[in-house]
Amino acid sequence: MKQFEVTFIVDPVLSGDELKSTVDTYTEMLKAEGGKIVAIDELGLKQLAYDIKKRSSGIYYTIEFQSESGAVIGKLELALRRDERIMRFLTVRLDKFGIKYNEDKRNGKIGKAKERVKAEEPKSEAPKPAAPKSETVAAPVEPAESSEN
Amino acid sequence: MASRDDIKFLSNPSLGQNRKKYCRFRKFGIKHIDYKDPDFLLQFINEQGKILPRRITGNSLKYQRKMATAIKRARHLGMLPYVADLLK
Repeated sequence: MKQFEVTFIVDPVLSGDELKSTVDTYTEMLKAEGGKIVAIDELGLKQLAYDIKKRSSGIYYTIEFQSESGAVIGKLELALRRDERIMRFLTVRLDKFGIKYNEDKRNGKIGKAKERVKAEEPKSEAPKPAAPKSETVAAPVEPAESSEN
Repeated sequence: MASRDDIKFLSNPSLGQNRKKYCRFRKFGIKHIDYKDPDFLLQFINEQGKILPRRITGNSLKYQRKMATAIKRARHLGMLPYVADLLK
């Protein structure tokens, strides 16, 4: 079982119902072809870094799915290419780290790892306000971990 | 002859020499780089949207490669620009 992820940009001009039906057609197609949907993630309306099809914004969707072989993808991509409502798409096979990352992200664990990277920068600028924060964070984390064990 | 003490440098040459570069992916244990996170990838490109070399980012080869792929994917999806001016 391989895990894939398809991200596509939908035309922002569409109404809410049309958006849903667009996404549904592809989830239905994946299910019909024997794929298993893991998650559907709506990233929402975003400003594009450059114009695509003369539009400066788009609505991002990500569908994560499992498939025995990659046979579905050919069909899926053909349908995406033919669809005028889809501005851009990208299909990626996820490795074990990617699967874990997406799982953690869904469970809200990823924010911490990133804060750790970001915390390095403000610490040097303002060490005083950062220090009490880390203490308050550290205190509730420890009992939570012990209760899990 | 003029000794080192007599030479006037424009900036202090001993400044910023003790900080060693490191691969942040190894240091923080980041195994997967998400191409859907342009704010994070913004750290690895310059103002023109070009990918910074390893010489500057300090990444290990493995993660520099993954990071470059992630940036290219983000560009394809319109999350990062291919070319830009004054990005930062």
